[in-house]
Amino acid sequence: MGKTNRKYSYPDAGGHFGDFGGRYVSETLMPALIELQKAYDEAAADETFHEEIDYYLKQYAGRPTPLYYARAMTESLGGAKIYLKREDLAHTGAHKINNTIGQGVLCGRMGKDRIIAETGAGQHGVATATVAALLNKECVIYMGEEDTKRQELNVFRMKLLGAEVRPVVSGTKTLKDAMNEAMRDWVTNVRNTFYIIGSVAGPHPYPMMVRDFQSVIGCEAMEQILVAEGKLPDTLVACVGGGSNAMGLFFPFIQESGVRKIGVEAAGHGVESGLHSATITAGSVGVLHGSKTYLLQDEDGQVQGAHSVAAGLDYPGVGPEHSYFQDAGEVDYVSVTDEEALSAFSFLSEVEGIIPALETAHAIAHVRKIAPTMSPEQIIVICLSGRGDKDIHTASSLI
Amino acid sequence: MGRIKEKFRELREKNKAALICYVTAGDPDIDLTEQIIDHMEASGVDMVEIGIPFSDPMADGPVIQAASERALASSTSLSDVLSLVRRIRSRSDIPVILFGYYNPFFSYGAERFARDAREAGADGVLVVDLPPEEAGELSVHAEREGLDRIFLLAPTSTEERIEMVSQNASGFIYVVSVTGVTGARPDMDYNLEDLVERIKRRSELPVGVGFGVSSARQAAAIASFSDAVIVGSALVRIIESGGEERQEVLGRISSFTEELSAACYR
Ligand SMILES: Cc1ncc(COP(=O)(O)O)c(C=O)c1O
Repeated sequence: MGKTNRKYSYPDAGGHFGDFGGRYVSETLMPALIELQKAYDEAAADETFHEEIDYYLKQYAGRPTPLYYARAMTESLGGAKIYLKREDLAHTGAHKINNTIGQGVLCGRMGKDRIIAETGAGQHGVATATVAALLNKECVIYMGEEDTKRQELNVFRMKLLGAEVRPVVSGTKTLKDAMNEAMRDWVTNVRNTFYIIGSVAGPHPYPMMVRDFQSVIGCEAMEQILVAEGKLPDTLVACVGGGSNAMGLFFPFIQESGVRKIGVEAAGHGVESGLHSATITAGSVGVLHGSKTYLLQDEDGQVQGAHSVAAGLDYPGVGPEHSYFQDAGEVDYVSVTDEEALSAFSFLSEVEGIIPALETAHAIAHVRKIAPTMSPEQIIVICLSGRGDKDIHTASSLI
Repeated sequence: MGRIKEKFRELREKNKAALICYVTAGDPDIDLTEQIIDHMEASGVDMVEIGIPFSDPMADGPVIQAASERALASSTSLSDVLSLVRRIRSRSDIPVILFGYYNPFFSYGAERFARDAREAGADGVLVVDLPPEEAGELSVHAEREGLDRIFLLAPTSTEERIEMVSQNASGFIYVVSVTGVTGARPDMDYNLEDLVERIKRRSELPVGVGFGVSSARQAAAIASFSDAVIVGSALVRIIESGGEERQEVLGRISSFTEELSAACYR
């Protein structure tokens, strides 16, 4: 399986994970990225920084989240024993809050008074607006116009939290373009603004920083499974948009080569259809949003629009460390279609009484395929990255 | 000596700052781009910067974003741009700088790009999202082929970054006049003169200033302390507003660039 037996030490000083990652940004942003990296390095070495984050994660976000044994799902699939890491129970309803608390506290230390973010499904936007409210910062969220329509509930939540939501009408009007627009804002207002990127994507130090903040998922899961089962799981499964919930679950297990890690991408209408977001499964290496990584692009190097029923997976790039994991054979990347995800959305709701986010439903869908082929002694842990309230509107029109 | 260096030397004798004008290739089609470049040259533009359109122009404001979208709608690729350069080079010695985002170059292949660009007759390359830290591969091939490596510096640049860019650049250094995206601005508030001076203390290269230059008055002010004035969005706006009226677009480009060129004499 994984080839990493030595101690894993990426990224290097320039933010590279092997050939991937780096800082492909205009000169105006370079000083800001270097300043951010220094501030993060200093903070990471400071015990009070971690204490402050831990305090908010526990008292404000409700961590640790449970590792729930999904008995009914397990029995229904008749194979491996399935546990759900309940990120849907964290404050604001998804794993995104782990990262926004971390970056929010860092923003406070750096003395910036304005926070911006991009969002697809709106979960990261809500988590950012929440932290901005908590820390009393001005907040602007960029969201593709297309996404403001299909994730209306989250737009309302962000506004309620005091954020300004700016619909983005350029390009494909989804997450990729929201990120372009947030970068443009940051270039313009870099002196007083902190840009909270929502996934393990973007230029260094973001992929590393977001990985570190999301690793709380995997650290807790490891402790919890050892208590519950006295052994490590056989398989970890998580959906991959930018890849932050997957990275958060996988990373603490990266030295454990006996634990299989599966990232589930969105195949949309099917990988052959061309309408999908299966970046690693079907893309090629390129440079987008500040890092070298797998991308959906045409033969001229123009980035192509992605498609997924799940707005949070509708992104033609992926975090650079996942690209590294792909090439190094550390993680297996697979994909499931919109249809399979919608079916899994209903399945988990009926069987366990848990309505998952459509993003998360992709992970569930893959487990429905593999659990029956495994033995009852084997354990699967799924990152239940978020709850599905935001998707009721989309799902009700499709199911 | 490269055409860029030669041009700066020639202009120094005339006591003129170089007028460098930007156009997005293929906006709205490559034939018009070619005619625009001819008109620019005839109106006193000293070098042209040809933009390769990209799907995600992160460093550009709305005007050049829209130009990029129009150029992609007419399917303009890096190969098309190289053919355009070849045609221009067959009749003109005007220095040509290729300007764009890294992914189309990366996708084309750094080595192949550098060779084909030199063969076509391009003189320099400026990749917006490729700071010196990441430029290694492209720079090696560009240098081998004798293409100038032009890098950006910004008002946010520290002394350390000025030094790093000075070590890596050739042709000239491009100063972004504002912290922000491209786009014409009525006023440029930053003390640019000071930044240009800081760069000149570390580099022998000519220094050009761009981003936001929209009038002859601004061009004259910049020409008084820098070696080149770079104009982009203000020209792209003429193309945008001209719609189907090509002769009118060409006429307005000519008269505006004539005015800018006159303003570049010190
Ligand atoms: C619930 C949920 N899961 C997953 C994702 C995908 O992001 P990532 O791959 O970074 O975890 C999102 C993004 O919006 C989300 O809201």
